[in-house]
Amino acid sequence: MKETTVMVNNKVGLHARPASLFVQAAAKYSSTIQVSCKDPDTKELREANAKSILGVLTLGVFQGMDITIKADGEDEEQAVVTLAELVKNNFGED
Amino acid sequence: MKTLSGIPASRGICIGPVFQFLRQELVVAECKVDNSQKELERLDEAIEIAKVQISGIYEKALTEASKADAEIFQAHLMILEDPELLSEAKKKIETEHCSADFAMKETAQAFSNMMAAMNDEYFAARATDIMDVGNRVLRILLGVAESPTADLRTPSIIIADDLTPSDTVLLDKSLVIGFCTARGSATSHTAILARGLGIPAVSGAGEEVLAQETGSKMILDGTKGQVILSPTETAIQDYTKRIEVAKNMREASMKHAHEPALTLDGKQVEVVANIGNVEGARSSIENGAEGVGLLRTEFLYLERSSMPTEEEQYQAYRAILDVFDQMPVVLRTLDVGGDKEIPYMGLEAESNSFLGQRALRLCLVRPDIFKPQLRAALRAGVDRNLKIMFPMVATASEVRDARKVLEECRTELRKEGKPCAENIEIGIMVEIPSAALVADQLAKEVDFFSIGTNDLCQYTMAADRTNPKVASLSNSFFPAVLRLIKMIIDAAHKEGKWVGMCGELAGEPLATPILLGLGLDEFSMSPPMVPTVKQILRSLNAEEMKALAETVLQLETPQEIQQYVKDQVPFITELVS
Repeated sequence: MKETTVMVNNKVGLHARPASLFVQAAAKYSSTIQVSCKDPDTKELREANAKSILGVLTLGVFQGMDITIKADGEDEEQAVVTLAELVKNNFGED
Repeated sequence: MKTLSGIPASRGICIGPVFQFLRQELVVAECKVDNSQKELERLDEAIEIAKVQISGIYEKALTEASKADAEIFQAHLMILEDPELLSEAKKKIETEHCSADFAMKETAQAFSNMMAAMNDEYFAARATDIMDVGNRVLRILLGVAESPTADLRTPSIIIADDLTPSDTVLLDKSLVIGFCTARGSATSHTAILARGLGIPAVSGAGEEVLAQETGSKMILDGTKGQVILSPTETAIQDYTKRIEVAKNMREASMKHAHEPALTLDGKQVEVVANIGNVEGARSSIENGAEGVGLLRTEFLYLERSSMPTEEEQYQAYRAILDVFDQMPVVLRTLDVGGDKEIPYMGLEAESNSFLGQRALRLCLVRPDIFKPQLRAALRAGVDRNLKIMFPMVATASEVRDARKVLEECRTELRKEGKPCAENIEIGIMVEIPSAALVADQLAKEVDFFSIGTNDLCQYTMAADRTNPKVASLSNSFFPAVLRLIKMIIDAAHKEGKWVGMCGELAGEPLATPILLGLGLDEFSMSPPMVPTVKQILRSLNAEEMKALAETVLQLETPQEIQQYVKDQVPFITELVS
């Protein structure tokens, strides 16, 4: 299993178009991929299936929050790297 | 026979059977089933069918509607393919032994509620998307017709409470002869759609129209804003004759649609079109429009979940500009306010959004919205005849502020080494009485004016144009409105600037002689009206119309003014019957 933590820096966070891009990218891998974050108020850990748009949206990730991407499977290494890159590049937004 | 009055939303007359556009309620009862395996298969099957349907609509929307419209369906596809949604529904079937219908309904409802509970407009819109998708799957499982118009087989008048863009994407336009809505206004989606298609429409006709059975006969007069229920034979004959005359007139004017609008005394007037997408652009060319006097850009922003990017806007504007090559295209910057639902913009609802922070007022405080649009327009305008116009201007300083932002964008683009349109004309909509009153000052700040009569009338007469109760005041033929129009045109001409008009009045045959007499330089209207107005202009003498215009400004009521025009220019009567 591979995992990495990155900060979400784009304006809208993991919503709208960035969320779709994230889910579409995750769906390309055969590994099970989970994405998690800490609730900024309660510090409670929230987790979702990275291949589910509904799951990712309901995580409620806003600008400035850290997310942890965890992958388990044959292509886990590549999956984690690609998804982390996507977040670091602000989903290709300006 | 009974006559109901509504708001004239799109001119023309039609007679035909009505078709009630009803959104069906989907009833699903909770029931236990023995064969869960079979329910799982039914669900998988229904989802596959739904995917095919949505992909089909997506393709259709791409070619017929805007890219933004199409994007909604792409989002629907993603929801449908969501592993969480699917596994939840399947888990329900397996553990609770319920039917696929019930499992789907409950699961979609649960996810939708979760989104709705987040108290955020963006999520509220997603909640609606999930229910839309869930209902589609349910319709397939229940064997209910896909759309409310699936049974529409004969050309009919569509009756609805009100229609949304998603309702009309699926509509087979060749089977629609008219629209009649119980609510809605002259500026609602239905009205704009009908004018673009050149078919008659009446909005705000009241609840009673919803009680008309599908198949029953109705006469719809979109010019007067009337519908006639259970018409007598005599009425039908009378209106059939009028339709015939109008059809002949239209065919005659179509023959000369591509010739210039040269008046009898040799004055050339520009006749251009109001459009909001590529489809409208094509229709403009077919109808002989000499360019675009109003390119509405709202279509790029509505019915979607995120802001259109600069690149996306650039592509959309460029596609339209390419249709017109070197013909002029006046792009109006975003004209929205608190009355529009654009969740991702975070606009606050205002108690009176027509007097609120809308259009340019909003853009000036939201560079995040304004700048990408201006940058996209400047880039798209390279080697094309683009003009930019700002809506809802009340003071000269607003124009200067807007021009400053435009210059900033230009400087940025130059720095980035991106090509941008250099010498483009900048204009404003004159639609607020204050702007009309200081038109002499504003004329010094711009290259042209375009008069927006719909709002100018609404603000001058203090009559909400979406309110049928004050519909009699919402009439641009009131001398108060016409006198303001004269002030605007005179002020611009004194500064050597040209004046266009993109409001409803510009496409109104009875107004053509008056506007020509007042010296209007450019008439902009929905594409199907172009041939008719061109033909009228060709039959008039511009010098003679000056006297006509002077006279009507002294009359008191719209009725007197219209009658005077009919008396002086009798051939127009045939066109407006």
